[in-house]
Amino acid sequence: MTARLLEVRHLATHFFTRAGVVKAVDDVSFDLEVGEVIGLVGESGSGKSMTGYSLLGLIDPPGRIVQGSIKLKGQELVGLPQEALRKLRGRRIAMVFQDPMTTLNPVLTIADQIHLAINAHERVSTATARQRAVDVLTRVGLPDADRRLDAYPHEFSGGMRQRVAIAIALLHRPDVIIADEPTTALDVSIQAQILAEMKSLVRDLGMALIWISHDLAVVSAMASRILVMYGGRIVESGPTASVLRDPRHHYTRGLLNSLPSRAAPGQPLTQISGLPPSLGALPPGCAFHPRCPRADAICLTAPETTGHERRDWRCHHPLTAVSA
Amino acid sequence: MIDSAAPIARFWFEFRQSQIACVALLIIVLIAALALLSPWIAPQNPYDLATLVLMDARRPPGHVGAGGYVYWLGTDAQGRDLLSAILYGLRISVQIGLAAGAVAFVVGATLGTTAAFLGGRVEMLIMRFIDLQLSFPAILLALVLSALLGQGKVQIIIALVTAQYAYFARTAHGAASAERAKEYVEAALSTPLPSHKVIFRHILPNCLPPLIVVATVQVANSIALEATLSFLGLGLPVTEPSLGTLIANGFQYMLSGRYWISIYPGVALIVLIVAINLVGDQIRDQLNPRLRR
Amino acid sequence: MSEVSRSSEVFVTVEGISRRFVPHVSLGDRIAAALGSPLEQRAVRAVEDVSLSVRRGEVLGLVGESGSGKSTLGRMICGILVPSAGLVRIDGESVMSGGRRPRKTTTRVQMIFQDPYASLDPRMRIGDTIAEGPIAHGLVSKADSLAYVQHWLRRVGLDPDAAPRYPHQFSGGQRQRIAIARALAMKPDVLVCDEPVASLDVSIQAQILNLFLALRQELSLTMLFISHHLGVVRHVSDRVAIMYLGRIVEIGTADAVYTDPQHPYTQALLASVPQLVLEDDKMVSFKPIPGELPSPMAPPPGCHFHLRCTFAQARCRVEPPVLRPAGAQAAACHFAGELQFTR
Repeated sequence: MTARLLEVRHLATHFFTRAGVVKAVDDVSFDLEVGEVIGLVGESGSGKSMTGYSLLGLIDPPGRIVQGSIKLKGQELVGLPQEALRKLRGRRIAMVFQDPMTTLNPVLTIADQIHLAINAHERVSTATARQRAVDVLTRVGLPDADRRLDAYPHEFSGGMRQRVAIAIALLHRPDVIIADEPTTALDVSIQAQILAEMKSLVRDLGMALIWISHDLAVVSAMASRILVMYGGRIVESGPTASVLRDPRHHYTRGLLNSLPSRAAPGQPLTQISGLPPSLGALPPGCAFHPRCPRADAICLTAPETTGHERRDWRCHHPLTAVSA
Repeated sequence: MIDSAAPIARFWFEFRQSQIACVALLIIVLIAALALLSPWIAPQNPYDLATLVLMDARRPPGHVGAGGYVYWLGTDAQGRDLLSAILYGLRISVQIGLAAGAVAFVVGATLGTTAAFLGGRVEMLIMRFIDLQLSFPAILLALVLSALLGQGKVQIIIALVTAQYAYFARTAHGAASAERAKEYVEAALSTPLPSHKVIFRHILPNCLPPLIVVATVQVANSIALEATLSFLGLGLPVTEPSLGTLIANGFQYMLSGRYWISIYPGVALIVLIVAINLVGDQIRDQLNPRLRR
Repeated sequence: MSEVSRSSEVFVTVEGISRRFVPHVSLGDRIAAALGSPLEQRAVRAVEDVSLSVRRGEVLGLVGESGSGKSTLGRMICGILVPSAGLVRIDGESVMSGGRRPRKTTTRVQMIFQDPYASLDPRMRIGDTIAEGPIAHGLVSKADSLAYVQHWLRRVGLDPDAAPRYPHQFSGGQRQRIAIARALAMKPDVLVCDEPVASLDVSIQAQILNLFLALRQELSLTMLFISHHLGVVRHVSDRVAIMYLGRIVEIGTADAVYTDPQHPYTQALLASVPQLVLEDDKMVSFKPIPGELPSPMAPPPGCHFHLRCTFAQARCRVEPPVLRPAGAQAAACHFAGELQFTR
């Protein structure tokens, strides 16, 4: 029996702007077990990054968590004071961003940044910090770490910077790492290096990972379970291969059919018509209904999450399983 | 995007959120209207020597003159009604400030954007010359030029433009260099569109926000600079007294208790310049994306 | 394969084109150089002696990672950048004029850019943006321009009444449609597309790719499709060229290059693209290319790829390979055709 590490229930994060309420995250529930990798998939404006930020307590006004609970090893995080959350961040939950320059300070050497990151949670000497920095950088596959410690971020390539950002996230051996599109800005050959590195890290260190991405192929290679988000809600979830093979939600199927690899070269792709909705002006009921080929009157009411055998979906007219 | 408004309409909507700026804008409009209409609303024509009564010279505010006429702000050394003199002075100040600002804007923006667009040697020559000029204080340049050119409206406008176009050029160059690298400029070049269309239809309109901020500041500066020159006796002839001339004329009577000859034109000048600067600040805040909520 | 009539006639020719970017030398460095201190010239050779041809109606995909020079090559073919050496001809006509200030001379090639947020003038109504080029070049009169703009808006799947709106009122995908309308309104023969779907979401990307495929058939366009995304390029291209650090390392039909790569870089690049995994509990192992992308400022001598190549020999470190026939395509590798890739 694997232990339940993270338990998210009915999480809702709304932003109260002058133009109206932006429902960035709405009624999101999922579990994460020790050592598990889940993929959070969605297009821009689907609320996937905001879900990550909500877990870290990084929601700034005018946004706030309006409902729900986040339990990390049984400890409730919603409602914790900022100071307590700050102590958790980096130590028990860490984050890796798409652009490593948002985490790295351009005017500090790598050694100084890592020392600062260690000092945020424990006091160590410069020599100890340096040794730990070398260890963790070697761990993420940065060759010649000892010499490169005194370099500045701008002297590194994009791929190496992302390795440093991952190394900093690993420093305190957190229970969960949330990675928000960590390879999107990288070249294909460098992306493959980082993916291979992350995969072996998760296996060796037994960390849990939430991998936020728009790239279905990357998620299918990394995650054992997938959550598909649309309009601030999880519309489908389940074991990755099962969901991608047999999508139940029309959006998941549309997304899969949009991939060029799904059609013969030169032939039209089966596209989803229309545009993704703005989180500030979501259609009533199922947010996907204006673009859905199967939509009818009942779709104007929001579908509840239903499902069986580890598969969940939020659809009034789910697709039927095609494969045996 | 929900709002379908053009950029101008959005700008105006945001501008109205600031009460101070609205009051300042109202003052500017009021002063400009008074200044432009002064020949019709001023009680007296201060240039018409025939109407001046020397007996009424240096009378305090509220004095009832020989013709039964009330001098609300007093009179100056020649017996001019100060209220009328200030209205006419404002008219000249506003005219010169706007004219100098507009010409400096056109010259500076054209030079700056063209330099940024062409690049290479041309850019280096233009910008180094402008840097050189910026290393001299504007007041010094204006002083030397007006001393050389002599008195008169056109002369002082030339002096002010020469002293100030460099600020526009510098700002335009900075903004245009950033715009030059953007893909919409590449798109225009790849069409291809002629260079002047790329510069004046694409690059320049996108450089307007910082230039408008500089323009508000520079119009205020032109007015102040003109007043300074006139105060020093280099700007406009005494027959066309601007606010600076009025202040200078009254300066010698300050210590003898006849404060009003200098103070009231000074107050008018300060109110005008502060109002312009307040509006300029609001525009700058609105156009600066970093200060956006 | 699609049924586009593709003649064997060569339409676009690129002959030995190169582009060097020389960094700006500051005045201080110039003085130092004049006083005898050696001036360190670090020119970036973005594109090095590239030759290729595209037939009428063909789509050539240009694939490469950052620093490969694919965008620079596209900009030279479009006539935005002046080549340091070599030339580009479209239907025999040169793209650039010479002279002291070389400038683009033809309207027959148009470009679509990567970032639809930057490629449209934010202060111009989209109708004016689309109409500007055609009016300037006499393709349409000012009086008829609105109808012309509406025709192209409809053609790219937008509301024809949207002409008086501003770019900020559109989403990324819609803006890319506007950019396509602007390019097509110039009635080009050749379209250079620089990463046209890279900044779009997956569902929008599919819409734009379908639009490209449809327009290509209707207008019999010749296209150069630049992208880092191997799957997208495969989908739209008849032929594919793979670039690495300024050189073409492999060129051939899309089928040949993707199914039977001859250059070790092509092979490794294809292997590092993550594939959709549809089997339960399948362990995916990644086969990344070792090492970093070298800086284009100081590319390794000989074959640019030898530092990361598992097959590199002494010869690869000194002698730059030339493109030569291998399999059904051409590859720039000394050992092309002789290597056994483990797949």
